Amino acid sequence: MLNYIWFGMMAIGVVVGVFTGRIDAVTEAAIDMAKTAVEISIGLIGIMALWLGVMKIAEESGLIRIIARALRPIMVRLFPDVPPDHPAMGSIVLNMSANMLGLGNAATPLGLKAMEELQELNPHKKTASNAMVMFLAINTSSVQLILPATVVALMGAVSSQIFITTIIATLCSTTAAVITVKLLEKSKRFAIEPPVDGEETGADAGDEGDTR
Amino acid sequence: MIESITLVLNEVARYIIPLLLVGIPLYALTVKKVKVYEVFVVGAKDGFTIAIRIIPYLVAILVAVGMFRASGALDLMLELLAPVLRLIGFPPENLPLALMRPLSGSGSLGLLTDLVNEYGADSMQAKMGATMFGSSETTFYVIAVYFGSVGIIRSRHAIPAGLIADAVGALTAVWICLLLLG
Repeated sequence: MLNYIWFGMMAIGVVVGVFTGRIDAVTEAAIDMAKTAVEISIGLIGIMALWLGVMKIAEESGLIRIIARALRPIMVRLFPDVPPDHPAMGSIVLNMSANMLGLGNAATPLGLKAMEELQELNPHKKTASNAMVMFLAINTSSVQLILPATVVALMGAVSSQIFITTIIATLCSTTAAVITVKLLEKSKRFAIEPPVDGEETGADAGDEGDTR
Repeated sequence: MIESITLVLNEVARYIIPLLLVGIPLYALTVKKVKVYEVFVVGAKDGFTIAIRIIPYLVAILVAVGMFRASGALDLMLELLAPVLRLIGFPPENLPLALMRPLSGSGSLGLLTDLVNEYGADSMQAKMGATMFGSSETTFYVIAVYFGSVGIIRSRHAIPAGLIADAVGALTAVWICLLLLG
């Protein structure tokens, strides 16, 4: 999927660029974006370190377990493959809470931590597990209770009008995401493929030994 | 009523981060006697490796999105889709934003700013746009970063599910704004 979309976007970009006479802009965008990607990643280091540090404290003190336990009834339905007491559940809950509160900066580190913990449970290290896809789908459809600061800055006094509409729209899109994931995960097209050309041997075999 | 809720929530939002930064160590230190400083440093160490690990994935996605955007392919899609969307009552002014939202956060914020500047914050276009912006995430960025951080290559149904959710979100934004604010 990603292979086709990735290549497709670049190929369409070049073809359309030729016809619209914007081929220079396409070239420039490719080079600029490569630079931007690194700047974003480097910029993340500090924020990641801060939140992962605080998270470690929350984990050691048992706070994460307390929060995860409170939301267990919902979580076990959304993520049936993850053991209810696994640390991944706690990280997922925290990531979702950060998203709901509009804390984008905190949400990413928490989300990546959750991914790492889900990866521990994943038998095919290069293929997304059902739990990972569900987690990402909920994440990209972003349940938000607080409007992003950028929107408030732009809309000013009108912000209060779009508060309710945003919550309704986000609830609908998240519901759609959950339903779509549950429907598609059973489809053959998106089945977890068996490992091809020995990709999952070597370093990954070691990882699998650790999980259980 | 709604106004006061929004006000309170946005006021509360200002205190959440400082409260978490102090509250979590406070609980850990006083209730559980955790060595907060030492534990913090251990956790923070991972920040560097994770941030570095996502670079190749982010480069791949952002370059492809950037090329697609710069070529004007989005405008072409708009022209092709406009008649269909008018049929279901989707305002053409909001279409660029709806299409841009899953691809680029800064790009869609720019388009929202355009809508506000052109039609005013009080216009239906701006309200729909802000609802779309607030109710969705940059799907491709999230997929690249999250899967990239653990080296997942086969994303399975993550992209279709994400895009379907985005489409549902955008359509709901239009309808709910017409219904409640129209």
